[in-house]
Amino acid sequence: MRNNHKTHKEPLVYITKRGELPKLKAMMIKAIVILVGILFCALVTILLTSENPLKVFKAMFTGSFGSPRKVWNLFQASAILLGISLAVTPAFKMRFWNTGAEGQVLIGMLATITCMFYIGDALPSWLLIIVSLFASIIAGAVWAGIPGYFKAIWNTNETLFTLMMNYVAAQLVSLLIMYWVPSGSMVLGLVNSSTQNGWFPTIFGQKYLLNIIIVALLTAAVYVYLKKSKQGYEIAVVGESENTARYIGINVKKVIIRTVLISGALCGVMGWILAAGTDHSINSSAVGGNGFTAIMVSWMSKFNPITMIFSSILVCFLQKGAGEIASNLGLNSSVGEVLTGIMILFIVSSDFFVNYSIHFRKKERKEKQE
Amino acid sequence: MNNVAIELRGITKRFGSVVANKGVNLTVCNGEILSLLGENGSGKTTLMNVISGIYHPDEGQIIIGGEPVSINSPHDAFNYKIGMIHQHFKLVDLFTAAENIILGLNEKGKFDIKSVSKKVAEISSKYGFDIDPNKKIYEMSVSEKQTVEIIKVLYRGADILILDEPTAVLTPQETRKLFDILRRMRDDGKAIIIITHKLHEVLDLSDKVAVLRHGEYVGTVNTSEADENILTEMMVGKKVELNIERPEPVDPQDRLVVEHIDCMSREGVKLLDDVSFTVRSGEILGIAGIAGSGQRELLEAIAGLQKLDGGSIIYHNPKTGTSENLRDKTPLEIRELGVRLSFVPEDRLGMGLVGNMSVVDNMMLRSYRRGKSVFVERHGPEELAHKIIKDLEVATPDAETPVRRLSGGNVQKVLLGREISSSPTLLMAAYPVRGLDINSSYLIYDLLNDQKRKGVAVIFVGEDLDVLLDLCDRIMVIGSGRITGIVDGRNATKNEVGYLMTKTDREEEKSDAE
Repeated sequence: MRNNHKTHKEPLVYITKRGELPKLKAMMIKAIVILVGILFCALVTILLTSENPLKVFKAMFTGSFGSPRKVWNLFQASAILLGISLAVTPAFKMRFWNTGAEGQVLIGMLATITCMFYIGDALPSWLLIIVSLFASIIAGAVWAGIPGYFKAIWNTNETLFTLMMNYVAAQLVSLLIMYWVPSGSMVLGLVNSSTQNGWFPTIFGQKYLLNIIIVALLTAAVYVYLKKSKQGYEIAVVGESENTARYIGINVKKVIIRTVLISGALCGVMGWILAAGTDHSINSSAVGGNGFTAIMVSWMSKFNPITMIFSSILVCFLQKGAGEIASNLGLNSSVGEVLTGIMILFIVSSDFFVNYSIHFRKKERKEKQE
Repeated sequence: MNNVAIELRGITKRFGSVVANKGVNLTVCNGEILSLLGENGSGKTTLMNVISGIYHPDEGQIIIGGEPVSINSPHDAFNYKIGMIHQHFKLVDLFTAAENIILGLNEKGKFDIKSVSKKVAEISSKYGFDIDPNKKIYEMSVSEKQTVEIIKVLYRGADILILDEPTAVLTPQETRKLFDILRRMRDDGKAIIIITHKLHEVLDLSDKVAVLRHGEYVGTVNTSEADENILTEMMVGKKVELNIERPEPVDPQDRLVVEHIDCMSREGVKLLDDVSFTVRSGEILGIAGIAGSGQRELLEAIAGLQKLDGGSIIYHNPKTGTSENLRDKTPLEIRELGVRLSFVPEDRLGMGLVGNMSVVDNMMLRSYRRGKSVFVERHGPEELAHKIIKDLEVATPDAETPVRRLSGGNVQKVLLGREISSSPTLLMAAYPVRGLDINSSYLIYDLLNDQKRKGVAVIFVGEDLDVLLDLCDRIMVIGSGRITGIVDGRNATKNEVGYLMTKTDREEEKSDAE
């Protein structure tokens, strides 16, 4: 439409796609974007609280690294988040938007707690732990498998379906607590608190070390599964193009169901770790939003399990720091959350600046040229 | 009623170096139906998009009602009372017919769906449409949806209607009904332009025929003075010699015998209708036809990707001497039967390859299942990738580059290279040179001829008749899902094939009418 009679105004900003950038340059762009994010956070802090931003940043650090206990807590929280992120990744890689990790982990917790509650005294602790593991795996797999089956057979929308299953899981937990706690207080205390039956043992005096070891093993396993195994390859093909998958003879329905079952089972494992290794109790919000944060971590890491280690630590660091700001500086806890949100937004958007370049309209000169 | 409704003078439209329309002249009067005829890619749709304001012509003039006009948007087109009915409907499934009809119309005053329904009913009875304004789109058949599209433009007061291949999705009965309506609209003084490939429809319906060939305007003839021969010749033009090699087939044996296969679309249109043919070893069988005549369904049926409603596909295995029926088998089952079938589909990146995966990973698509290990073996595919890159001169930075970053010709080399590497006994290639430059195209022809010399039975689906006539031993022509003829590639003429492409079985039509 160049030779139109109407004068056509060029937009002020336009965006073009970049080609492949060298790795170093891409890293530089990301670093700059994150730096801008930190400065922006500082600005927001000053505007909102008139506190010295350095003081706020320092508080964020002490939140995670202030004491050995805090460091352990950071790694424990990161391990849980990492584990759930790993669990949703196979499904995501297949373009199956599993938003139901929250419920799948919760139902896995419920399975473990149920085992501890009913057969806690009948079995030795190590056997109980193993029985709980299998119960949790089955529970998580079933919870994900139902939407997966519907998706594969009737092509229902998995995002809504898995999301709704979260609420069912939460209500189921409430219902059972109501049944288990005769007082009606709706608070289930520590299960088997006297015998510690079904609880993870402490290793080297560290309560959370076993959790972290298990998640580390899971990370390696998921990495190998996705990158090296035939099934992992099939997941990638189905995710990229169902038509190609059909063309080379992959049974797409089977792969969808299988992958979703694996994703759910891994969520179940995380529920088991949370119940037997961490909380030893349950309530309807015991997963604490990790099921949703995991989606972000998985995406931020481009579905790469190794990158996920760093992403989940970073996210947990920001979360812990936000909590510290709230308690130490006497600020509202929302300030911390706002800062966390800003940081994550900048980190996520750094990809945009790697893939696209932005041009501003050059005045006068360009118009003359045309 | 012979005043000119719209006139195009010397319309030229370029996309980069490609000239889609070159100096096209066209005149349509009120009360007249004009057919626009041309092969695939001859520029028909581009021209109609120019009229309906989607493209702006680089050169030339559009004259409406004696005045030169500039149509810069679909909204302008609507102001000039031009209405376009696209091949792919643009309707909101969850809305009713009436709601879709007024969608996007900024009428002043209160939204009154009842008066809309009333006006729709008036239009319907005037031209003989059969439509319930309160029916939701998702409950409608394809022909009903088309009716809604037509009423939509009439409701907006269009006097010039453009229909892009309206009969492609219709059954013969529905087509007849549509033609009755179009004739009634013509008698009411509307100017109608219809894009179609089907010669008998052109002769049956229109008053004038304009022909395009490779973007160039060939001419306009009055239908009363035209016949199929004249139109075919205008459409396909003179034969161009390409000097593609064509070795003589050596000891051809029946490799694949397809008998009486049928395939229905979900809308009940026959995509394949009683198709029978034989593919022989050491021979290239060309398949010619207007795009969407059933070529894709046919190849996918053989590859195990398309369910059939009848017939059989018998494969004669040259190694074991056994015969297998491939019908309704999955691709994996076909492979397990020992059928060495290679397939280069039309949609290279969407079906044959995975665009985001590297060349090596794409090699793995065919071979990753091999072996009992749960892990994939990458050495074989890596070697194959390097071999193909070297042998076929694929221009790529390395074997780990995602294939979507390669150019069209190199993508095709990767795909064809992989398919040939499994030493097939039957090779199917759909539009293997589409979008490729001359050198890459000749390389592909050479590769196909190599396979032919090795005794592979080759099926080549093409669109360029010159190529088909130079390369293939036999050419099968498919039209509306039926085989309209099989000719010898060595002595068939371009006209002959062009005629078969646009022919539909007359006797069938007549018996339907009775």
